[in-house]
Amino acid sequence: MKLHLKIWRQKDRKSEGKLVDYTLENVNTHMSFLEMLDTLNEELILKDEQPVEFDHDCREGICGQCGVVINGNAHGPLKNTTTCQLHMREFKDGETILIEPFRAAGFPIKKDLKVDRSAFDRIISSGGYVSVNTGQAPEANTIPVSHEVAEAAFDSAACLGCGACVATCKNGSAALFTAAKITQLAILPQSKEERKQRALRMIVQMDEEGFGHCSNTEACEVECPQGISVLNIARMNYEYNRASFLKFKKK
Amino acid sequence: MNTLSRKIIMAATGLFLCFFLLIHFLGNTQLFLEPEHARLSFNAYSHFLTGNPLVKMVSYVLYASIIGHAIYALLITAKNKAAGGSYKKDNRGRASKWYSRNMGVLGTIVLIFIVLHFQNFWYVYKFGEIGLDTNGNKDLYAVVVAAFQELWLVVVYVIAMIALCYHLIHGITSGVRTLGLFHPKYVRWVNIVGVVYSVVICVGFAAMPLFIYFTNSK
Repeated sequence: MKLHLKIWRQKDRKSEGKLVDYTLENVNTHMSFLEMLDTLNEELILKDEQPVEFDHDCREGICGQCGVVINGNAHGPLKNTTTCQLHMREFKDGETILIEPFRAAGFPIKKDLKVDRSAFDRIISSGGYVSVNTGQAPEANTIPVSHEVAEAAFDSAACLGCGACVATCKNGSAALFTAAKITQLAILPQSKEERKQRALRMIVQMDEEGFGHCSNTEACEVECPQGISVLNIARMNYEYNRASFLKFKKK
Repeated sequence: MNTLSRKIIMAATGLFLCFFLLIHFLGNTQLFLEPEHARLSFNAYSHFLTGNPLVKMVSYVLYASIIGHAIYALLITAKNKAAGGSYKKDNRGRASKWYSRNMGVLGTIVLIFIVLHFQNFWYVYKFGEIGLDTNGNKDLYAVVVAAFQELWLVVVYVIAMIALCYHLIHGITSGVRTLGLFHPKYVRWVNIVGVVYSVVICVGFAAMPLFIYFTNSK
């Protein structure tokens, strides 16, 4: 198949970017979207041009590294799919595909389609951890966790941290990501110790990174590769309100 | 103040205004009574509201809520506009309802309506020249009937109620979520109750000017 590509090219964080047109012949429909970009880059390298830079790692849909906006949707037209798991058979022969990086104030563009998502790392390190005693491995049944609670925690922990929620949100809000990371820990007994400080610190960090407010449009859940529920956000609100109230009562 | 506490203020003021709408709606259903009965009963009700010190206090909370809700909406929108990205080709609208993305536009329509509504009735009642009914109460009913003889005003009121309806449908579910209700079962019930509440209140309010227009214009 033949494709017309319009790809966002930007030299670095400070420079102005623009859409550049490319035409790619002989695209195999079984290629993944990233393999299609690899093919384009090989052609560009042969022509002695700068290849298009994009993030990727496992290419199995589980690491959360890849992610671009394809024809106006984060990770492209398919639901619950990462960019690497999107295949060229989803596109028509001769179609024009517009490829842009994830855009939000919290995600500055590094180069071309690559964005700086280290804000997510800083949100995690501000409170997304659990204190455990060192030494020998504890007895496995010391702290019982019911099946339902374990499954609920896993549902939240399925978040890849790819940032599609932020790219999809009209407010550039990181509420779904932060909420999933708070919830996965908040509901497990091992992490009750830091429950209050975790909610407060991670939310303060989320704001410092320049993300917007959640206005509950629920678009993030729809475009999330893992379909992380927006009820995580309600849970985060509950955790925050609870922590604020307890802090107030202590004073 | 962080993003969550700003949203809590939006939710608290918004849900208080929702509660006020119910009281306002129930009081105004007197307009559907037989004209002469409606006049006396509606005027007596209006007189009771203006004389009562408790209602006076609640009315100040009401004014503060309207102003606070609008101011925080502006602050939040300004920050959100700066934080969100814009794309050369944007198809993100497929993932959410149009009214959930346009609460600011709907809210502005409602705010303009509130100013007009205050000018139509509140201002006239407080500072205008009004006749008295047979019980000696200010005849607000006559003012209401006179106002809704104008077709354009009736149309404006109906349009405003449509905007309010969509604003409430998203606002109620969003506000309750912001306050921290996360259990799927209760969230579902709140969504259903929220939609029913919004539609009943807004259809009911829109019916009032229509009812008066069609029963009095001969």
